[in-house]
Amino acid sequence: MDIFAEKTILTVSRLTALLRGVLEENFEQVWVEGELSNLSLPSSGHLYFTLKDSGAQLRSVMFKGAAKNLKFRLTDGMALIARGRISVYDQRGEYQLICEYLEPAGVGALQMAFVQLKERLAKEGLFEEVHKRPMPQFPRRVGVITSATGAAIHDILNVLKRRFASLEILLYPVRVQGEGAAIEIARAVDDMNRLKLADVLIVGRGGGSLEDLWSFNEEVVARSIHRSHIPVISAVGHETDWTICDFVADLRAPTPSAAAELVIASSEELRARLESLTHRLRLAMERQLAGMQARLQAQRRSLHDPTALQGHLAQRLDDLTERLYLALGNNVMRRREQFERLQATLLNNNPVRQADNLQQRIRLLCAQAERLMMLRLEGLKQEFGSNAARLEVLSPLNTLSRGYAIATKKMDGQVVVDAAQLTAGNRLWIRFHRGSAECCVETVEAAKT
Amino acid sequence: MATEKFETSLKKLEDVVRRLEGGALPLEDSLKAFEEGVKHASFCAKKLDEAERRVEVLLKRKDGSFNREPFEPEE
Repeated sequence: MDIFAEKTILTVSRLTALLRGVLEENFEQVWVEGELSNLSLPSSGHLYFTLKDSGAQLRSVMFKGAAKNLKFRLTDGMALIARGRISVYDQRGEYQLICEYLEPAGVGALQMAFVQLKERLAKEGLFEEVHKRPMPQFPRRVGVITSATGAAIHDILNVLKRRFASLEILLYPVRVQGEGAAIEIARAVDDMNRLKLADVLIVGRGGGSLEDLWSFNEEVVARSIHRSHIPVISAVGHETDWTICDFVADLRAPTPSAAAELVIASSEELRARLESLTHRLRLAMERQLAGMQARLQAQRRSLHDPTALQGHLAQRLDDLTERLYLALGNNVMRRREQFERLQATLLNNNPVRQADNLQQRIRLLCAQAERLMMLRLEGLKQEFGSNAARLEVLSPLNTLSRGYAIATKKMDGQVVVDAAQLTAGNRLWIRFHRGSAECCVETVEAAKT
Repeated sequence: MATEKFETSLKKLEDVVRRLEGGALPLEDSLKAFEEGVKHASFCAKKLDEAERRVEVLLKRKDGSFNREPFEPEE
């Protein structure tokens, strides 16, 4: 070129300025179509991104003023048509497209590839539930297929360390982006299966752009996961990133950390289940024993009952027997009494007895008559006696009046009827018809026989 | 494989618990079942505790065979 005919030494800044002039002059307004990637939305409000196709990349920026007019949200993978000018960012020596206008242009190429592969594999049935292997209940060896230096293995180990999980972790290091990464990942899945190195596989990587995650959208990876006998957890990028790997895997974890949590969860769930089973076992046994004891007691009670009943019956029997005897006895006694009463009546009315009674009565009357007779006789005798005494008293008195006297010995009161009773000197009491006199015996002239 | 044994044992434990909970077993069988359940429970608990935390990396040798080595992640 003319301007460099002579050896001219330029500073970097000068050359850059020259290039910028050339570019800005010639690409003042261009239309360009490409797929959006590496979108950055800093708080300044400017948009930074890359437009690319299979052969090249173009650094792009859309300043705040122009970005304000955007009618749709930009996402990575979107195919865009941009209008702008080419300029140079001196400090980095990069040329870039300063966009003034953006519009979507169908679907981006990678996005398109993703959609196409997804449709094809879905049609083949690779994503169907029937192919989903259940997670092992008791995972002890976890195979991790990821980069040895990436965020994924770091996050997984952090989770396991934090949760004190007792697991065997076997890392199969692979490249997770770039040319050949997909094949490495697929081979790792196959090797893990062939060597039976794990109970469960985690396949994934940390977050990144759609391009970074692309390996996990490739068919080889999808096929190897589909082939795997070991259950596979897909853990690619962030929660919002969905890859073919996620669809074909047996379980999709939103992030590698989440995948680790899932693995532990199943082991912790298992531990909880074991504890619950042990508890239920004990409880069931206790309930069983309690039930049997209750039944035993019930049986024992019903064993008790007959005796009690028998006792009651016996008592009742005794009672009734007693009452029966009593009733019987009463009856007999009553009858006997009745009988005796009747017999007494009968005996009383016996003619012999009547005769006896009459005889007795006769005897009684006879005795009475006798007593009365005696009394009467006694009375008469007394009457007679007193009359006789009176008669006796009356007769001497009569005699005395006629001049007779009665001499009684003063010594003993003897009536003197015979002179022989007297001796000289005896004192005599002579009673006259009227009065008496004491006399002394001078001589006794006994009567001649 | 120990895992198989573990899961069989857990399954048996579940069966035993269900049978016992059914409450239809005679005493003799209940006691037998309980004993069996306890055996499985302690086996499972032992297996769970047995697992050790180990982190290894699988290295591929030139001849295509594999070698396991302890893995220390870079900070």
